[in-house]
Amino acid sequence: MELSLEVELVTALLLTLLCCTAVAVVRMRGLFAAVMLMGIYSFLGASWMLLLDAPDVAFTEAAVGAGISSILMLAALSLTTRKAKRPTRSPLAPLLLVGITGAALAYGTFDMPRFGSADSPANSYPHPSYVERTEEDIHIPNVVTAVLASYRGYDTLGETVVIFTAGISVLILLRGSRKRWRNGAGAGASENSSEEETSDVPGDPGDPAAERQSRGEARGEADETARGVT
Amino acid sequence: MTDSILGLYNYWVVIFLMMTGFYIVIARGNLIKKVIGLNIFQTSVFLMYLTIGKVSGGTAPIVKEGFEVYSNPLPSVLILTAIVVGVATTAVALALVVRIREAYETIEEDEIEAGGDKP
Amino acid sequence: MKDNTILRVVSKLLLPYVLLFALYVQFHGDYGPGGGFQAGVIFAAGFVLYGLVFSLDSVRRVAPARMVELVFATGVLVFAGTGVATMLMGGNFLEYGVLNEHNPSHGQHLGILVVELGVGMTVAAVMIAIYSAFAGRGRA
Repeated sequence: MELSLEVELVTALLLTLLCCTAVAVVRMRGLFAAVMLMGIYSFLGASWMLLLDAPDVAFTEAAVGAGISSILMLAALSLTTRKAKRPTRSPLAPLLLVGITGAALAYGTFDMPRFGSADSPANSYPHPSYVERTEEDIHIPNVVTAVLASYRGYDTLGETVVIFTAGISVLILLRGSRKRWRNGAGAGASENSSEEETSDVPGDPGDPAAERQSRGEARGEADETARGVT
Repeated sequence: MTDSILGLYNYWVVIFLMMTGFYIVIARGNLIKKVIGLNIFQTSVFLMYLTIGKVSGGTAPIVKEGFEVYSNPLPSVLILTAIVVGVATTAVALALVVRIREAYETIEEDEIEAGGDKP
Repeated sequence: MKDNTILRVVSKLLLPYVLLFALYVQFHGDYGPGGGFQAGVIFAAGFVLYGLVFSLDSVRRVAPARMVELVFATGVLVFAGTGVATMLMGGNFLEYGVLNEHNPSHGQHLGILVVELGVGMTVAAVMIAIYSAFAGRGRA
C-alpha cells in the first residue's frame, strides 16, 4: 500500500508551500496582500484535498476560498482600511502559548492512527460502509452526494438553515441606513449637529451639554432618532 | 511507511497551520487580520478531517467498476457543508467588522478599547 | 472596471459557461463530484464576476434584492418541504424512498435531486445577497 513517489513529492511540495503561505500571512501588514495570500492558501489546500481523494471538497474550497471569500474580504477592506497597524505588544507571550499548545497537540498525534490506514476507527466504524450501502439502497455512483442528501439529510438541512441565518444576519447588519444608526447609538457621531454634545466629557454633572445629552437619552429612542435627522 | 513515524507528518503540518492561525488571532490587533487567522485555522481543521478519511491505495468515493478501495466519504460530506457554512459565517464576521469601523472609526483592537469608554 | 475592453469582453464570454457549469454541477452531482453546495457557490461566483466587471446595479437589474431574498427562503422551504411531503406520504421526515412506491431507489434519486436543488438555491442566493450587501454599503 505504498503511495507512489511522485504523489509523495507533490504532497511534500504542497505542504511546504502551505506552511510558507501561512507564515507569510502572519508577517504581512498590508491587508490586501494578506487577502491575496489567503486565496493562494485556499488553492494549495484545495490541491491537497484532491490528493486526499476528496474532489467534491476540493472544488468547493477552490470556489469558496479563492473566489467568494477573497471578494468578501476585499469588499470589507474597501469599507475599512488596507493596512494593519504595527503590533504594539510583545509577541513573546502568544508565541509561548502557541508553542505549548502545538507541542501538546503534536504529542497527542502519537496515539493517532497512521496516515492512510484502512483499519482506523474513523474508516472502519459504519459497517457496512456507506459505499456498500449506497450501492444497495440508492444506486448512485457518488457516495458523497448520497450521504449528504439522504443518509445525513438532517445535518444538511441544519447546515442550509445556518447559511440562511447567516445571510439574514449580514442583511440586517449591512442593509440599514448608515447615518441614522450612528446618531441613534451616539458612539461615533462626530460630524453632525450633536458634535458638541459628544465631544464633552460625559457624566460631568455641572455640564449643561452632558445634561442635555442624558435627557436626550432618557427621552427614548424615537426622540433620539428625530434629533439625529435634524 | 503506514506504520512508521513518518505516517504522522501530515498531522504535524495541520497542527502547524492551526497554530499559525491561532497565533494571528491572539497576537494581531487588527480585526480583519483576526478573521483571516480564523480562516487559516478553519482550513487546517478541514484538512485534518480529510487526512483522517484517506485510505492509502484508495480512490475518491465515486463508485465505478474496477475499483475496490474507496476513501471514507463521511469526512468529505462534513467538510463540504462546513466550507460553505464557514464562508457564510466569515461574511457575518466581516459585516460586524464593518459596523465596528463605522461606530469607532478604527478596526484596531487597542484603539477600540481605548475609545470604548466614550458614550 | 467598466472601461476595460478586454475584461468586459472576456467576462461576457465566460459568464454563460460559468452559469452553465454551475447547472451541470448541480444536476450531475449524483454521478460525478458536485451537488448543491458547489453549484450554488459557482453560480454566485458568476454573478459576483458580473458585478465586479460591470456594476452592482447591473447585478441588481438581473437579480433584484427582493427576488434574491425570496429565492433563499424558498430554497430552505424546498428542502424542509420535501421532508414534510415524505411524512405526508407515510414515511419518516426526509425518507425519500416513499416518493416512488414501486421503486424506492427511484424515490431516493428524486428526493436527492430536489433537496440538492433547494440547497443550491439557498447557497447561491445567500452568496449573491451577501456580496451585494457588502458592495452596496460603500455607496450608501
